[in-house]
Order: sequence, then C-alpha cells, then structure tokens
Amino acid sequence: MLATHGDSARVIAGGQSLVPMMAMRLLRPAFLVDINEITALKFVKIEKDFARTGACMRQCVVERDDTLAARVPLLRQALAWVGHVQTRNRGTVGGSLAHADPSAELPLVARMLGAKIVLRSSKGSRTLDAGQFLTGPMSTSAQPDECLEEIHWPVWSEKRTGSAFTEIAIRHGDFAMVAAAAQLAVDESGRCTRAALGLGGAAGTPLAFAEIAARLVGTKLEDKAIEDAASDASKETDPGADLHATKEYRRHLARVLAGRVLREAREKAKLQ
Amino acid sequence: MSETLHAVSIEVNGKRREAQVPARLSLVDFLRDELRLTGTHVGCEHGICGACSVMLDGEPVRSCLMYAVQANGHKVTTVEGLGKPDGSMSALQDAFCETHGLQCGYCTPGMLIAAQGLLDVNPHPTEEQIRDAIGGNLCRCTGYQQIVEAVKLAAERMK
Repeated sequence: MLATHGDSARVIAGGQSLVPMMAMRLLRPAFLVDINEITALKFVKIEKDFARTGACMRQCVVERDDTLAARVPLLRQALAWVGHVQTRNRGTVGGSLAHADPSAELPLVARMLGAKIVLRSSKGSRTLDAGQFLTGPMSTSAQPDECLEEIHWPVWSEKRTGSAFTEIAIRHGDFAMVAAAAQLAVDESGRCTRAALGLGGAAGTPLAFAEIAARLVGTKLEDKAIEDAASDASKETDPGADLHATKEYRRHLARVLAGRVLREAREKAKLQ
Repeated sequence: MSETLHAVSIEVNGKRREAQVPARLSLVDFLRDELRLTGTHVGCEHGICGACSVMLDGEPVRSCLMYAVQANGHKVTTVEGLGKPDGSMSALQDAFCETHGLQCGYCTPGMLIAAQGLLDVNPHPTEEQIRDAIGGNLCRCTGYQQIVEAVKLAAERMK
C-alpha cells in the first residue's frame, strides 16, 4: 500500500495524534493503512544490552511492563507524562516516535538514550539512530514507503544506575513546554561512570547532550558539576516562543529541569 | 457518489451489532447515528475533552479518535452499558446523582466511563489516582470536586 500510494497514504496505529490532525484538516491522507491488528508488531523482547519493543505496542502496556521498567526505567517514568489514561490505552510507542512532536516524551527518551529505529519497506529494512531518524518538528527520515517496525532501547548494565524524567506543561497531560530526562551510573564510591542527558520542547527535535554528559563522568556529581552541566545544556537549546512561554522562559526551564533530573538520577543511582 | 462500505461486527454493551460503514466514519458517530446510542457525547472531536470516552475491550478510549472499522471484532461498552441489567443505575451513577457530580451533564458519560475504568482495575483509589483517571476529561460546571467525591463514595460503597 505504502509503496503504491506513497505520500497519499499514511500508517495509522493508535491514531491519537494522526486523527486529531485529520479532524483539523491539517492532514488529508487519501489512504490509511491500519496496523492495529498486526500481532507481529506487538512484542517486548529483552536482548543482552537492549530491549526491543514492536511499533504497535500500546503505551499503557509498555507502562505496565515490569521487566521493561527494570531495564529501561525511563520508559515508565516518561509514559506517566504522556497524555491521559484514555490516550495511552490506544496510543502506541512507535506512533509517538513516527509522529516526532518536538515536545513529546518518548522521542526524547529515544534520542537521549540513543535508541535504534528499525524501518521496513517492501524492499527490506534499515536501522537508524534516533538522532538520524528525528529530523525536525513532525518530520523523520522515514520514506513514504517505510513503516516503523521496532525500537531498540539501550539497557545499561551498570549496577548503580538511576534515571529521572520531568516536565512542565500548562496542565498535566498537555504538550510539555520543556521536558528533561537524565540517566546516570555511579561506582561504589559515588563517582559517575556513565551519563546521559536530554531536553524536549527546547528545539525542533529532542536534544541529547553527549559531550556535556561526558564531562560528568569521573566527577562525584557534586551539585556544582550538575549546575554547570544544566547551564551548558540550556545554552545549546533553541526553543520557540508562543502565547504560553517566551523563548527566555523556556531556556530558563531547560536549565532548572535539567538540574532537577540530574540530581534525582544521582540520588537514585546511589541508592542502588 | 457512493462511498465504499465495509462490513463490521462489533459487540456493543453485550449485543453483537453488524453494519456496513464507510472507512472514515468515527466510532462515536457510528454509536450515535447508526446505533442511536446517544448517551456517548461528541465534544471537541479531536481528543481533548473526553466526552466521547467509551470502553474498548474494557479500557477507556476516546471514540472520536477511532474509526468504526477499527472496532471490528472488539467489545465496546458505552454509558448505556454501565447500568444494571434491570435498567437501574450502577453504584457509580447513583453516587454521581447524590454528590451532585454533574450539572449540565455534557461531560458525564465520559466521566462515568473514565471513573468506571479506574474502579475496575483499582477498587480503592486514592484521591490523586481519581484525579489522574479523570484528568483527560473536561468539565466546565462542577469544578471537578463533586465528581471526585462521587467516585470516592462509589468506591466506599463497593467495598
């Protein structure tokens, strides 16, 4: 279907973003390809250093999955902020990534952890880094004949790992003005051995700060080091402005929230 | 101009309903216009207000964000299906009446579905869990307080 109709066809999974866009006539696809009944796209598989989720896994199912929460804790932490019960019951993890809203929670987690996205077309499949896949607001590098098939979420094997997710929105469940996610691993002495930090709603795509996070490695994650990292990250943001918040306010939020998730992740890592 | 029709078979409130529907007919329009089950309300039609909430296979979803063809082979429960078989109100519905959990009534079917969805999986919710469960449903009359009280009262009675 996608190969034949190209741009005039769209894949529909949960429809929690696509159908509103169609209702508002922002999109008028001539054909909808419904993947909801494809059971091959509904699975969770744990591999050695990553967890695989099928594109059509409902957000509520992923949220409830304890094995997944133990290995990729950011998924459950982020999903608590995704929409509402009724939308998570229908919305899918793959759909959220393919929709690529710059303020959305799951693309942020995928970007900051360095998840892999598997795309399939009638010609075969290819695997992309989340950073290559997410190209701009509501845009991805998926071709019109490609369907998102599965996502590979990196699993950190470090014993003392902690992660945190937070955001500010007008109301809980609304689009985030700014969202922040962090994951940190420490050794017995509390020294940081691995770090990841990301911000959503702060540019055209979710942002990951690999270099800034790498500077935390080797430190004891003192408040000063965390404040510096949060401040450096906020300087790299390029948020938009709207009725609800100015660019300056969003940048301020980026710094405050980045600091908050880094401190929370540090405390959780130390407790492990 | 004739539109292509698709056969659907959906179990609605325990009864199997067969119909021929166009691909782009939303589930809520199917329930209201074809089955005349007008208890489910149409509010924003883009997934914000929650008035159109129904249960799909026992879990609350927004029926304005689904097409009727997507419900083929599934079970749907609307507000009409919440009452007891003899037509009397459920414990939750009674509690809404008693605590004045509604004024104009527009959001009520969606609120009932959301609250029932919560009580089905969590019979003793905290106030925070109740507020979270109805967080996706807009009410412009009550200020939500009496709705929260209604759910609490129903939970207490169902102990």
